[in-house]
This record gives sequence, C-alpha cells and structure tokens, in this order.
Amino acid sequence: MTQEITRAIIDGILVGGVYALMAVGLTLIFGVLDIINIAQGVLVILGAYLSYSLSTKAHIDLFVGLLITVPAMFVIGVVIHWAFIRRLRGTERTSMTLLVTYAVALIIEGILYKVYGADNVSLNASYTTSSLHVFGFYLPWIFIYGFILAVVLVLAIYALLYRTRFGRSVRATMQDETAARLVGIDVNRVAALTFGIGVAVTAVGGMLYGATNSFNPNSGYDLISRLLAIIILGGLGSVGGALAAAVFMITLESVVTIWQPTWAVAVFYAALVLVLLIRPTGFFGRKAVRAQ
Amino acid sequence: MSETRTRDRALKGGGLLALIVILIAFPKVFTNPAITNYGVFAMIYVTVVCAWHLFSGNTGYISLGQAVFYGSGAYAMGIAARDWHVTGTAVFALLPLCAAVGAALAVPLGLVALRVRRHTFIVITIAFFFIFQLMAYNLNGFTGGSSGLDSPFLTWPESGYNTPFYYIALACAAGTVAIAWLIRRSRFGLQLRAIRDDEDRARGLGVRAMRVKLSAFVISGAITATIGAVWFYYINQVEPNTGFNPLFDLTIVLMAFLGGYGSIAGAVLGALIIEPLTLWLNTQPQLGGGSLNEILLGVIFLIVVLFLPRGIIPTGGEWITKIRTRGRPAVVPATTMGTPAAAGSGTATSVGSGGAR
Repeated sequence: MTQEITRAIIDGILVGGVYALMAVGLTLIFGVLDIINIAQGVLVILGAYLSYSLSTKAHIDLFVGLLITVPAMFVIGVVIHWAFIRRLRGTERTSMTLLVTYAVALIIEGILYKVYGADNVSLNASYTTSSLHVFGFYLPWIFIYGFILAVVLVLAIYALLYRTRFGRSVRATMQDETAARLVGIDVNRVAALTFGIGVAVTAVGGMLYGATNSFNPNSGYDLISRLLAIIILGGLGSVGGALAAAVFMITLESVVTIWQPTWAVAVFYAALVLVLLIRPTGFFGRKAVRAQ
Repeated sequence: MSETRTRDRALKGGGLLALIVILIAFPKVFTNPAITNYGVFAMIYVTVVCAWHLFSGNTGYISLGQAVFYGSGAYAMGIAARDWHVTGTAVFALLPLCAAVGAALAVPLGLVALRVRRHTFIVITIAFFFIFQLMAYNLNGFTGGSSGLDSPFLTWPESGYNTPFYYIALACAAGTVAIAWLIRRSRFGLQLRAIRDDEDRARGLGVRAMRVKLSAFVISGAITATIGAVWFYYINQVEPNTGFNPLFDLTIVLMAFLGGYGSIAGAVLGALIIEPLTLWLNTQPQLGGGSLNEILLGVIFLIVVLFLPRGIIPTGGEWITKIRTRGRPAVVPATTMGTPAAAGSGTATSVGSGGAR
C-alpha cells in the first residue's frame, strides 16, 4: 500500500510538472490581459498534433520537433491576440473574451477533426515505451524527461519575469495596466507577447501530453477544465500558485485513483469547490484583484 | 411625447399579438414533422435562454453551468418515471417535481458559487457541470450510467407527435418570457441590475446581494430543469453527454449575446436564429458530419462578438434611430423598437432614450 501511494505521489509530481507548465501559460495570460483563454486546452491538443505530424511524416524526434512547434505556436498565439482579443473592449469584456476564445477553440477543434479524424492517436518514441528502474519503481523515461523540461521552462519563465526588462513591464502591466501605460510601457505589445508565450508553452505541454496519453481533437475539454481548476485554485494571475496547485491537484488525483479510479476526477473539482469555500481567492490569489 | 408613447404602445401590443398568433398557428400551417421539430427545439431554447437571461443577463454573473439544471431535470423525470412506473401523459404531472429538483439543486450550488465573482464564478459553474456529468456517468444504478435513460412510452400517434410538444414548449417559453418581463419591471429586477452594475455599491445601498442573486439563480434553475424534462420526454432518451453537454452552455451564451445581452427580446431572438440554424446545419451531410458545422458555429461566434458586440437588438435599435433621425443627434426619444432600455448596458446606448424617463 505504501508502495502504491509513493508511486502515485511520484507520478503526480512528474505529471503535475507538465500541467504546471500549461497552467503557467494560462495564468500569465489572465494576469496581463484579464481574460481566460478557453482555447488553451485545444491549443495543447493542436501542439500535440503538430508534434505527431512532425514525428510521423518527417521523422523528427519529439523533443527536437519542439524547436519548430514552439515558435509556430508562439506565432499562432500572437495572431489570435492581434486578430481577436485586442479588439475587445467595454463592460462585457469578460464574457466577450470567453466567447471569442471559445470560438477559436471550436474552429481549431473542427479543423483538427477535418485533418486528423476522430481516432485516438498517441506520440511514440523509444523513450515513451522504456522505463527507468529505480528503488523498485518503473518510471517511463518520457515522464522524467518531460518533468525536467517542464521545470527548466518554468524556471526560464520565472527568469524572464523577474530578471529582464520585459518581465518587469509584464509584471507592471499585471499590477496596474493604466499605471503601466503612464510610465511608458507599450501595454499592447506586452499583451501580444504574453499571449504568444502563454500559447507557446502549449506546444511543449501538448507534446508531453500526447506522449503520455492518447488523444483526439475532443481531448481539449478535459484539459481546459483541469487547467481552469488549477489556476483558480492557485489564485488567478499567480505563477507560483499555478505551480503549487498543479502539483497538488494532480498528485491528489493520482493518489485517489488508487482507491476510486472513477471518482478521481470528481475529487479534483470537489477540492476546488472546498478550497474556494474557505479562501475565495485561491491559495495565492491577490485579494479582490480588480473591482467588478 | 405622450402621443409617441401611445403609438409605441399600440405598435408593440399589435406586434406582440401578431407574434402570438403566428406562434400558435405554426404547427397548423407547417404539419411536416421535420419542420415542427425545428419549432419544438426553438421553443425549448427560447425558454432556456430566457432562463439564463433571468439570472446571468440581469446580474452579470455569466453562468456556464445551466446544463447542470437541464440535465438534472431530464434525469429527475426519467428516474421518477422509472421508479414510480409512471407512463403516458401522466408523466407531465412530474414537471413540477423536476422544477423543484432544479430549485433544490440551485440553492447549495448558488451558495457556493455566488461567493466569488467574474471569472472565478464562471469556472466554478463549469466545475459543477463536470461533477454532475461525472455523476451521471458513474452512478450506474441511479442514472443508468453511460447508456443513460429511456423515457416512458408515450402513445401519441406518430404523425402529430411533435404538435403537443410544441405547445408544451411554447407554454414554457411564454411563461418564462412573462416571468422575465415581470422581474424586469419589479423592484427585484432593479436590485439584480444594480448588482450587475456595481455589486459593492448596491450592497452599500441596502440590496441584500446574496439573497437577491440566489433567488434569481434558483428561479433560473427551476425553469431550466423543467424544460430539460420536457426535452427529455421529447427526444425519448438522455445520456450523460447529451443531458450534460458542454456545448449547450456555450450555445446559450452565444444566443443571448447574438440577440442582445441583457434584454429579453435579445434572448428570444438569439434562440430563434441560432437553434434552427444549427439544426439545419446538422442535417447537411455535405458539411462533413459535424466538424465543418463546428467551424461554422465558431465563425458565427467570432462575427457576432467582433461586429455585433452588443447584439442584434441594441445595434439594430441604434441603426433605426440613426435612420429616423437622419444622422442628427436625437433630441426626443425617436424609437419604436426602443433603444434598449432593457439592455441598460453602457451609457453609449442611450442616445435616444435619455429624455424618455
């Protein structure tokens, strides 16, 4: 039993790292633009399909392929922001952005169905099937590589946010958009780049998701609902909170799966509801981020 | 001033009367079941969107969890009919029970969700939605698991099968519109809109925000559950992914926004446009069995949000004002359609209605 629980916790942390990466993208976008990007889940799946195409058609290694898919997803993100998001203003902006990003999700999902069909696929490579044997546990290499990559990227995002001039303008925009504008920050540029970065991480998230799960164009809904729960639990707009919540939630789910595989997902949402009952702003949320 | 008002009233009353006659005569004129099917679904969605408007349109809390009530209503009817062996038209006597189930669910869900605002509220409603869908899948003995429930057998003749359902749905739709209209005119409605505009200030002025929000949520939940039960009986079965369908929630929001967020007429119009359109798209085989109409739906979404950001009714009302005043700023209230007093969103809308009150 202890063995199983330890195993579940290790799995939870390894997978949680990947979710953390995807959630950081989502929470960054929220922090800077004050919108929730419903399309994030489908974009992850799009990233997975891009990796799939590269590895099956061009025989490029999954990790090497990221050098192509990450910039591609960055461009897609910037284009989505330029074409749709930046035009939205006014009192109903919250709901409007939800609708727009949802529409984008629908369109991408439809295109994925058209191109790839509805069958489940998964990404394969030598390291998705072989495992590392350590302390009596078999850990698939992809989990380990994925975790390392996710940690490196999250650290890189942290460094970008806290060690660069651009990061400072991002944080300033998150704190107060008007004030940021007043001190000469090009808020639109910051928003576009943030959206691009937030979407670019889905290329990595998608590759890792695809290598550890089978997926179809419809898988995005499951993902986005988990990611939303994670960023709310962590406190909207808080990068550290998203990390903690991702690891916490995925580990919790993985531990509960030992006893109750069918209800594990419900525990995920039940935990969200419970935490919000006690702390409406999530673990690390700022109090009353913006007045309604 | 008063003359225009009387004329407005007469026009509105006449229009409403004509609409009612058309709606009642609809299945008499079009007897083809394929057409009446459109009518039934349109009426179901008018009800659903109006119920959504009652809560979300008035308070500004966007609920993406209406499917919780819709599915629960359907399941409540299915389970009650199965366990109590109710068949035939007697099943419709269970509708009040379904409404009660919807209301009873709305109380705890509302108490939890309405503590948070804006994005967090939206996400919480989504979380509820997934919990309920999962329950429908996994409580096998109770809900029938992934195969769902079949409705009790109804011995209506095949040919006119849709017509009674059309009238039931029409009655629900008319009732919901009436309730929404009464609420809009009431003190309660005013309190709801005060919450939408500035909840903290409304609270400061003595609005018991939680109680008011929760009441609207409960009313909306009860109506949605009722129509969910009707829908279940109409299509004869419910499965976890049709009763608790994520697209359902977003379609409602799209309908409301297309018609005009925050107005009753907008909610009705949006449902009447989108629902027949999606039904028709689904019957077009050359659109590739679903994927292309998904793309089309997405494109419609984008067009609505980018070009008609406030919906057809408000924008249309502005155009009419513009034409009637020939571009000059309106001095007197110049509209019959009404610059949307109902929408009340944003000061820019009230070009013509400023002097009206």
